[in-house]
Amino acid sequence: MSDHDKLYSTKLQDKVERSTLTMFVFTAIAVAIGGIVEIVPLFYLPNTGMAGGDGTFNKTTHKDSKGNVIPMDKIVWNPATSEHKTLEDWQPGDGVRPYKPLELAGRSIYIREGCFLCHSQMIRPFRDEKDRYGHYSIAEESMYDHTYQWGSKRTGPDLARLGGKYSDEWHRRHLRYPREVVPESVMPNYFFLDKAAVDVEQTVKTMQVMTKMPFNPVPKTIYTDAYIAGAKAQIEGKTEMDAVIAYLQSLGNHVKFQEGVNYRD
Amino acid sequence: MEATQAAPVKYDMDVVRWFTIAAVIYGVVGTLIGVIVAFQLAFPVLNFDSPYLSFGRLRPLHTNAVIFAFGGCTLMATGFYIVQRTGATRLWSNGLAWFTFWGWNLIIVLAVITLPLGLTQGKEYAELIWPIDLLIAVVWLSFGLNHIMTTAIRKTSHIYVSNWFTMGMIVMITYLHVVNSLALPVSLTESFSVFSGVQDAMIQWWWGHNAVGFYLTGGFLGIMYYFVPKQAQRPVYSYRLSVLHFWTLTFGYVWLGAHHLQYTALPDWTGSLGAAVSLAMIIPSWGGAMNGMMTLSGAWDKLRTDYVLRFLATSLAFYAMSTFDGPVMSIKTVNALSHYTDWTVGHVHAGALGWMAMVSFGALYHMVKKLWNTEMYSDSLVNLHFWVALVGTVIYVVALWVSGIMQGLMWRDYDEYGTLTYSFVESVSAMHPYYVMRAVGGALFNLGTVIMLYNVVMTIRQASATRGVNAVPAKA
Repeated sequence: MSDHDKLYSTKLQDKVERSTLTMFVFTAIAVAIGGIVEIVPLFYLPNTGMAGGDGTFNKTTHKDSKGNVIPMDKIVWNPATSEHKTLEDWQPGDGVRPYKPLELAGRSIYIREGCFLCHSQMIRPFRDEKDRYGHYSIAEESMYDHTYQWGSKRTGPDLARLGGKYSDEWHRRHLRYPREVVPESVMPNYFFLDKAAVDVEQTVKTMQVMTKMPFNPVPKTIYTDAYIAGAKAQIEGKTEMDAVIAYLQSLGNHVKFQEGVNYRD
Repeated sequence: MEATQAAPVKYDMDVVRWFTIAAVIYGVVGTLIGVIVAFQLAFPVLNFDSPYLSFGRLRPLHTNAVIFAFGGCTLMATGFYIVQRTGATRLWSNGLAWFTFWGWNLIIVLAVITLPLGLTQGKEYAELIWPIDLLIAVVWLSFGLNHIMTTAIRKTSHIYVSNWFTMGMIVMITYLHVVNSLALPVSLTESFSVFSGVQDAMIQWWWGHNAVGFYLTGGFLGIMYYFVPKQAQRPVYSYRLSVLHFWTLTFGYVWLGAHHLQYTALPDWTGSLGAAVSLAMIIPSWGGAMNGMMTLSGAWDKLRTDYVLRFLATSLAFYAMSTFDGPVMSIKTVNALSHYTDWTVGHVHAGALGWMAMVSFGALYHMVKKLWNTEMYSDSLVNLHFWVALVGTVIYVVALWVSGIMQGLMWRDYDEYGTLTYSFVESVSAMHPYYVMRAVGGALFNLGTVIMLYNVVMTIRQASATRGVNAVPAKA
């Protein structure tokens, strides 16, 4: 028996090792399975913050203290059932809402500057994080975030519930020269945001694209054609600094969390 | 398992030479940017008040440069080198390989231009804007097709184990890149992921961890399985262990990404599943590390004189260490402390500097000697590079382990009145000495790559001066 015919392992392994095509097919199947099992269910299981864009959602199974399932529109703002019908009327606690035009522009700048590399937006259910940052984050709160901003590193503090904690003026001073406000900070200076105007056209296009997303689009009932048309007037003449501050002030106060409810089961 | 060839085979090694030189250069560039961003965290004045040089824009440039420029060119150089030699055949298409070379370098140039301009998709390790993503897909497939077709036209009976790992990498990275990059464009330079929230997070870390698992681990295991036996001049310790190593990693690694999202809004079962498989992965990872280490049995004395072998052996030690560190960090109770801290960054660099870069250096030195058919210009510089790199890595990793654990403990510490002991910014200032240490460790590592570049340049000049560069005859 020559060396070429000798079997060093099992018959199957030997067959696979001799055929490029067989090895390719086996490998292509083996590497696909884990991802399918872990990712696909997230698109239909309850409590994963999936919206169809037509007012339908995958379910919530969170139960209040009396054991009743909390309706989805207590968590995600739905203008059809809420007493506040437009983004302008929306109040903190009405539920998760899409970004207003200036906030959306600010979010793009937040991504451009790589803020997510040092600031997370995902509070974990621990005592110290509750004391430091607030109620733990839930899936629905980032459902309109294309792409998500959870981050992976806290060189700076978590920002998931930053909205309303500091004044606009504090943010302005801090973003310009962080060490003027917090001497120990290692954040770069962002004074140049003051000098640049918000890109109005780009923001309007971004709003349009957000309504066309195949998963979790912003409902057309919220970003109506009229609302998008009116966005220009809202952001014209604003600086990038204004936009980033508007974005930061919008974070984390959307949902009114009830005491004693487990939002993470 | 390789056939003995009667006549010497001509190989297509020119493109391999160019990839090798590119890898050595990008090693210097990528780690230099790393040193800059490390110093920025210690001394924020080094952001120079310039948007183009701020940490948030340079950090993606660092990760892209080391992973895709240095790592990518190393993988393509070794991939094309190994597949020809183990198959006793030329490349399926030499022209396509050159397309891959120029395409990949064009991508790197575009990355260097776009990232400091703030053009990004905001997904870690997948920042490049959508037109470049399309280019990456085309160039990556050109590499994959060429590699797989060269495997198919091999003259030997069996596919060598290195090429299994490279095939796994080619397939998986294609899946990952395509799915994770799905986005709707707003303009030529800006786009938004079609996924959001939980689904986007899971897909991002499915990408993020498998870029580690299949590219930075699988691809470099392919390197290990060829160059360790070659340099030690011993056969792989156990063929069966390598079969086990390959299939368990290939099937298992895919599940690990979810462990990056413990205690987040991702459903609990997904993170736990990721952690469970992560723990199981210790077995094949250590099996593989042992397989590489034991290949040296009977040749341990060579470590005294063979400096290239030192890189390879050390890389296996770091591979074993980081494949233990990683699963431990995926355990929920440990992750509660380690997540969001520098521990993660320390872990990544134990793998990236200690394992991935070290095995690359070993392979690159080995290839330079073979490709230019010469000895190194200076062996003592190889030795110096080794020690500088090793000391730099140890300083770097130790600094961030300490700072990471300290951060985690400070954040969760309560005083006797039941209030948080430390404000967040107190944890920031406590990090300062460790950030300085880390930057120094990184600078040493960068110095090592400069030494290597000098040594390689001098070696090639010397070799070219004495004779013309010819394709090396097969010695497989």
